[in-house]
Amino acid sequence: MLLKIKNLHANVEGKEILKGIDLQVNAGEIHAIMGPNGSGKSTLASVIAGKEEFDVTQGEILLENEDISELEADERAHKGIFLSFQYPVEIPGVTVTNFMRTAINETRKAQGLPDMPANEMLKKIRDKSELLEIDRKFLSRFLNEGFSGGEKKRNEIFQMAMLEPKLAILDETDSGLDIDALRIVADGVNRLQSDENAVIVITHYQRLLNYIVPDHVHVLLDGKIVKSGGKELANELEEKGYDWLREVSSVQ
Amino acid sequence: MELKEKLVSSFLAFEEQVDMDSDIHTVRNEAMKFFEAKGFPTKKEEDWKYTSLNKILKENYSLFPKKEDAVEYKDIKKYFIHDIDTYKIVFMDGIYSSHLSETTHDKIDACLISAALTRPKYKAVIDRYFNKIAPKNSLTSLNTAFAHEGAFINIPKNTLADKPIQILNFATGNESALMIQPRNLIVVGENSHVQIIERHQSLTDNPVLTNSVTEIFAEKRAIVDYYKIQNDRNNASLLDSTFVEQQQESNCSVHTFSFGGKLTRNNLDFYQKGEHTESTLKGVTIIEGKQHVDHNTLVHHMEPNCESHQDYKGIYAEQSNGVFNGKVLVDQKAQKTNAYQSNNNILVDDKATINSKPELKIFADDVKCSHGCTIGQLDEEALFYLKSRGIPTKEARALLMYAFSNNVLASVKIPEIKKRINKQIALKLGVELGFDL
Repeated sequence: MLLKIKNLHANVEGKEILKGIDLQVNAGEIHAIMGPNGSGKSTLASVIAGKEEFDVTQGEILLENEDISELEADERAHKGIFLSFQYPVEIPGVTVTNFMRTAINETRKAQGLPDMPANEMLKKIRDKSELLEIDRKFLSRFLNEGFSGGEKKRNEIFQMAMLEPKLAILDETDSGLDIDALRIVADGVNRLQSDENAVIVITHYQRLLNYIVPDHVHVLLDGKIVKSGGKELANELEEKGYDWLREVSSVQ
Repeated sequence: MELKEKLVSSFLAFEEQVDMDSDIHTVRNEAMKFFEAKGFPTKKEEDWKYTSLNKILKENYSLFPKKEDAVEYKDIKKYFIHDIDTYKIVFMDGIYSSHLSETTHDKIDACLISAALTRPKYKAVIDRYFNKIAPKNSLTSLNTAFAHEGAFINIPKNTLADKPIQILNFATGNESALMIQPRNLIVVGENSHVQIIERHQSLTDNPVLTNSVTEIFAEKRAIVDYYKIQNDRNNASLLDSTFVEQQQESNCSVHTFSFGGKLTRNNLDFYQKGEHTESTLKGVTIIEGKQHVDHNTLVHHMEPNCESHQDYKGIYAEQSNGVFNGKVLVDQKAQKTNAYQSNNNILVDDKATINSKPELKIFADDVKCSHGCTIGQLDEEALFYLKSRGIPTKEARALLMYAFSNNVLASVKIPEIKKRINKQIALKLGVELGFDL
């Protein structure tokens, strides 16, 4: 089992957002978490990645059977968790390349490895940027500064490709993407997918799931997973919306 | 004896040493009288509210060091921008060092003010420009009284200075404590362009006090880019006063990089005397310990259709102090002025302080003036973003501070300076940067 979340409760500023989440993700799987605005999807993503402003009040997050809920975000990253941000932060002054180099070498340092040799780094940057059809010029620009919505998202997946995480969480990666960019991003994700890693796709709409086909779909409503199923559940949600599940969940 | 008394009483001896018949004899005398009456500035003055000179005035400074010029280039090379070809005007303890300098009279003059003040061929320039914009205050008056040595840069009209000019003032440590008062005059003619780099550097831990005055005149359509590198030792203090007068359509920029020294005060005044002029004042301050850096700026918009940009960033660690007092004055006549001012600061430790005070006086009604000032910590969301990529808190903070300060460098036009300052910032903040694509 790659990721196991047990009865996870989390608060932000005293307000409970996650109200008992259970989720199991195996290596090799793609999971989709769907739900309306305010259901707690992004909170779940941030809590797994280790954002400090969320208080985990109950439950556990296990990565390969190790409880990571007390670890800092960077330590979780070193263990193979990656979060693709819904709103990537602009950092003028730091180039994409320098940022990636720092991230990779800090991760290697934490794993007891020496810095990646410069030529190896360059090759990797070249390979991964080709995979995502990223222009070389883009890499010497300041991180996310002046990037279009689509460029930001593509850049997130580029970082994912560079860092090769065990578990990637894509938070609303499809928002702001036109259809061509969506296809490039989805292709990238699919090619990075293997038996060794897993992907959690958090999305509002079913659209992205036409390209990144999930093995499991979960519906998050008001801080709880109210229904899980196969990929056909996504289609059902597209047709019916979420309200019917609200009724189901209140009956339960 | 107090420093003021010492200066006053040694003035006569100084005057006898230099040329008594020169025209500026009267100017010196008047300046001395003014300083004698006023003394050094104190915290009672509004402009000096947050900066006290008490501590640095206590040393027993030598005012007239012995001439001893034994320093070799290889020992001080690192203080030069040495990877590009430049003219160099180098002073050791305030005295011109011919063997370290590379001056010129070919098309442009990059030489000594001592020569300009005494030689007939420069009389017209001196009469027209010397001591014409330095305001009458105690520090500039003191400097004027003892004005004797410094850089003289004269770029005739329609001339592009073929390489940047470096002005370097070294303190050798031969004196147990030293006070020097460089005086620079820079005249850039119509349609001409020059780039200047200025640095003050002490070579030992002996106390040094520098009271420097620079006057810069930019004639019509002239372009002047001035870079001040301030990264001195912990016992060296700098009181710098730089005044820029701009004529129509000229474009002047001063970048000040303050990374060291005990106490640094930068008085920087711009006077826009022609239409369509543009002024840029930028600074990065990164200090720690008990270091103190005070930026006191003025942009005086006197004519319509002009622009000014002020952008100062500061990072203060430990018990360091920062001051930013940025004045923008827009005369009634100066319609369509576009004046922008921004001062952003990060306090790294609880005991660090910053006093930031924007002062805008606007007498015209059709202007765009904006100012913003922030004092704060780093953006938590950005910190989380970096950490989520595996960058630990300490490194992530350093990287964000690096990013915060280095975007001021975008307007630096000499790549070697940009690279050098970039490295310096990274080094100061403990950021390891690799290669750029």
